[in-house]
Amino acid sequence: MAKRDYSLLGADAQRAVDTGLSAADWYLTDIPRKEMKALMKREDGPAIRDAIILFGSMIALAGIGIALWPSWLSAPFWLAYGVLYGSAMDSRWHECGHGTAFKTPWMNNVVYQIASFCMVRNPVTWRWSHARHHTDTVIVGRDPEIVAMRPPALFRIFLNFFGILDAFNGWKRMLVNATGKLDEEEATYIPDSEKPKVVRIARIWVVIYAVVITLAVAMGSILPLMVIGLPRLYGAWHHVLTGVLQHAGLAENVIDHRLNSRTVYMNPVSRFIYWNMNYHCEHHMFPMVPYHRLPELHERIKHDLPVPNTSMWQAYREVLPILRRQLQYHDEFLQRDLPEGAAPYRVDLHRSALGEDVDQPKGKADLNSPAVPAE
Amino acid sequence: MADWIDACAKDDIEEEDLIRFDHGDRTFAIYRSPEDEFFCTDGRCTHEDVHLADGLVMDHTIECPKHNGQFDYRTGEAKRAPVCVNLATYPVKVEGDRVFIEI
Repeated sequence: MAKRDYSLLGADAQRAVDTGLSAADWYLTDIPRKEMKALMKREDGPAIRDAIILFGSMIALAGIGIALWPSWLSAPFWLAYGVLYGSAMDSRWHECGHGTAFKTPWMNNVVYQIASFCMVRNPVTWRWSHARHHTDTVIVGRDPEIVAMRPPALFRIFLNFFGILDAFNGWKRMLVNATGKLDEEEATYIPDSEKPKVVRIARIWVVIYAVVITLAVAMGSILPLMVIGLPRLYGAWHHVLTGVLQHAGLAENVIDHRLNSRTVYMNPVSRFIYWNMNYHCEHHMFPMVPYHRLPELHERIKHDLPVPNTSMWQAYREVLPILRRQLQYHDEFLQRDLPEGAAPYRVDLHRSALGEDVDQPKGKADLNSPAVPAE
Repeated sequence: MADWIDACAKDDIEEEDLIRFDHGDRTFAIYRSPEDEFFCTDGRCTHEDVHLADGLVMDHTIECPKHNGQFDYRTGEAKRAPVCVNLATYPVKVEGDRVFIEI
């Protein structure tokens, strides 16, 4: 059983670079250029509409919460506000980080900065982190955003349903960055020219938090922190619930997103909060396509992708057993069947990246690890 | 000494779009702007080894298909992270319905 080193500074990181698995060419479903251009086309309308709904709801919910404070009657309003702050901002951070949500660059930037603050993710650091995630998706030692490792850190994931590790890590890094220093792993993917920006943002955030905490002390109440800061904890559960499904239980060290990314059909409310990132395989294959066009992209390429999970519930029924098995058998993963007529999994790409013989016949992926059939 | 290379026909490129052009062991991107002007840059993103020809042209920017970094294809200037290094650009001339690049 292979022991994995997920550190960006470890042996697996070096191995991925040495074998060419890092920064490799990934499989793409063939789409005519004309259609792809239409799908990639940017517009402001959908994201402006969604931003008005999101920020309008947040102001209303927080306003009612404040008005009813400290009565327990305020609790449902805080819980709803928290999900928008601690979870919807995750997807806004993501989409605006890609620059695809709005056509107008400054709109992407404004929402990206607000969402980064809410999620306690330095907007400079995390832009580079996410670029690496797209270059080396679920490549061990290269991808800094792997959620479910092997063995899966289930307790860590559980704690993050309440933001406990991620948020506190974010605040810790904010304080470190504010002193002018960068974490050693961060420094591996942030260019030197960008590092002063990391520090500047961290210092601005420290000032904001200092004002909020001072206000809370002056008022003798946690109310200011219920509006800024704490919702990153009490509202985090939805983004973890949806985010775990992106890659958990699937293959590592492959260069075909159909093997390591999952598309899940979700209810409209979750899709609004998650901004359609449930079409995750499609997003990784074509990150240029804005969130509001992903359902169309899905319809266009689903003939070439594994059958989507029909709901979050059904997806977790698939994921949890494999995560349990991975606690004991780290090499196991889920390999889903492709529809009739889909291009075979690009095992040849995977093998050639590892310097293996690519003249073997194509077929079901043999990824040098036992694959578990989908239920 | 630089040579003018016959790269493509004008109509090979749609307005506000680009095509990939390979010459020897080099690859280039040739653009047609909304004003019907033609431009040429290196074909691969300076951030990672990705062909820009699969990207999106919006006005005078080309967005890389992998990480959404942007360049001004007229000057090669890096406009949006994660790209930080400018693209090399090459002179272009149009003769008749043909587009030539000087490399």
